[in-house]
Amino acid sequence: MEDFYREYILDHYRNPRNRGVIESPDITYADSNPLCGDEIQIDLLVKDGAVDDVKFSGRGCAISQASVSMLTEMIEGKPIDEVKEITKEDVLELLGITLTPVRVKCALLGLKVLKSGVYGIEAAEDEDL
Amino acid sequence: MTVTTETRPSTIDVDAIRADFPILQQERDGKRLVYLDSGATSQKPTSVIEAMDEYYRTYNANVHRGVYRLSELATARYEESRVKVQRFINARSAKEILFTANVTAALNLVAYSWGRENVGKDDVIVFTEMEHHSNIVPWQILAQITGARLEFIHVTDDGYLDEGDIQKVLELRPKLLAVTAVSNVLGTINPVRELAARFHEAETVVVVDAAQAAPHMPVDVQDWGADFVAITGHKMLGPTGVGVLWGRRELLQAMPPFLGGGDMIREVHLDHTRYAELPYKFEAGTPNISGGIGLGVAVDYLSALGMEAVREHERELVGYALERLSEVPDLRVYGPPTEHHGAAVSFTLADIHPHDLAHILDQENIAVRAGHHCAQPLMERYDIAATTRASFYIYNGQDDVDTLVTALYRAREVFRL
Repeated sequence: MEDFYREYILDHYRNPRNRGVIESPDITYADSNPLCGDEIQIDLLVKDGAVDDVKFSGRGCAISQASVSMLTEMIEGKPIDEVKEITKEDVLELLGITLTPVRVKCALLGLKVLKSGVYGIEAAEDEDL
Repeated sequence: MTVTTETRPSTIDVDAIRADFPILQQERDGKRLVYLDSGATSQKPTSVIEAMDEYYRTYNANVHRGVYRLSELATARYEESRVKVQRFINARSAKEILFTANVTAALNLVAYSWGRENVGKDDVIVFTEMEHHSNIVPWQILAQITGARLEFIHVTDDGYLDEGDIQKVLELRPKLLAVTAVSNVLGTINPVRELAARFHEAETVVVVDAAQAAPHMPVDVQDWGADFVAITGHKMLGPTGVGVLWGRRELLQAMPPFLGGGDMIREVHLDHTRYAELPYKFEAGTPNISGGIGLGVAVDYLSALGMEAVREHERELVGYALERLSEVPDLRVYGPPTEHHGAAVSFTLADIHPHDLAHILDQENIAVRAGHHCAQPLMERYDIAATTRASFYIYNGQDDVDTLVTALYRAREVFRL
């Protein structure tokens, strides 16, 4: 269990990076996991086709919160085109732990919200996240 | 407003009961199953499983139709279950016992059949903040259809219905009150009899969700004096897919059918139909026959233990659990003290999200529920996203509580607390 709830996961859970909201975001999207009620909102400022600023808000388990915190770090400064290319495997690799199917949903909620924001909702649904 | 049950030493023999439940004989990694999620669904004793198996193996046939022996036997067993349920909840007549799929189906039946006929524009429908979604959404839909107005009874910090709100809504002379007998999250045992009496003075029809009550304490629908009571089989040792709506005969008789189809008719012509008598008017289609038979055997099992004894066992056990949980640092229990507390205990532990906590507990082969428990308005009330819920039953003992508490300390370690 200590191997699952690793130090860096708990660190991101307790000291999330980029937590907050952006006043007038270029892109904003929020979604929840109906199973557990966890919610995540991601706000983006886009400049010259790249992520200029990113903030997330909401609440959830250590896995979902650490995952979205790490994801926001990963996309800072990245071109939106590259953000669109991020896969669930990328996120799971970022987390670095093996997840059961139920916990995979926790881990991918942040990515689902991010992709829904940058792609539009329909595209994200096609991603089967 | 409170209900206090008499206290008397428990006569429940947990070890003997465990031996009746095959699932509790299993181990995972040398750890026995500590099943603390009976609020979601209970485990099933061998007698229930075998009764359903016996039906499929030896007298599988449709009910209320065949003149051959198998069908007669299936019908007899199925109808016997109806009578068992009638006695179990002390209904006046088996005609008042309608088999449904579950509590959700039972409450929807009331909303669609009674509701559409009796609720009109600007009428008031009341439900409480501690309801399960199944006792919220059907009333919201009914209000949308009829133009009725929704009013709410909120919950106090310690998990009781707010008396001020009760008085306020009574003045509105609501058409309907929907209330749970026992909260599936807080464990609060609501004073159903007192509520029914008070709301009847305002000519309000009282609908009781007894999903979390019928498995755990004596339910006497005549004593309660409400108008509709819904229970479900799978939380009281029975199978999934079978529940019961009890309703006052005169109300049921006046109500139009909910679903139309086979089995609910007296005669059908191309342009009109005469409906069957109670309870069949509300039982269209082939029912869950094995489920109904299984529920009857579950009722036998509980009746043999005695529901007073079941309540007493759980009162003792929940008392012990609340005491042990209070020792765990940073643990907060939601809900009232032991004497008004049913079998469900919800809590949060420090900053550990309930999902993470349930995951850690699962490593010790402890099954608990984590989430909003289909009671999101209640979560909003306490400004939390979720809780962890341990819900107890007849096969749980103090050893289960001890295992849970040890695992909670382990969770603190995992989270470096």
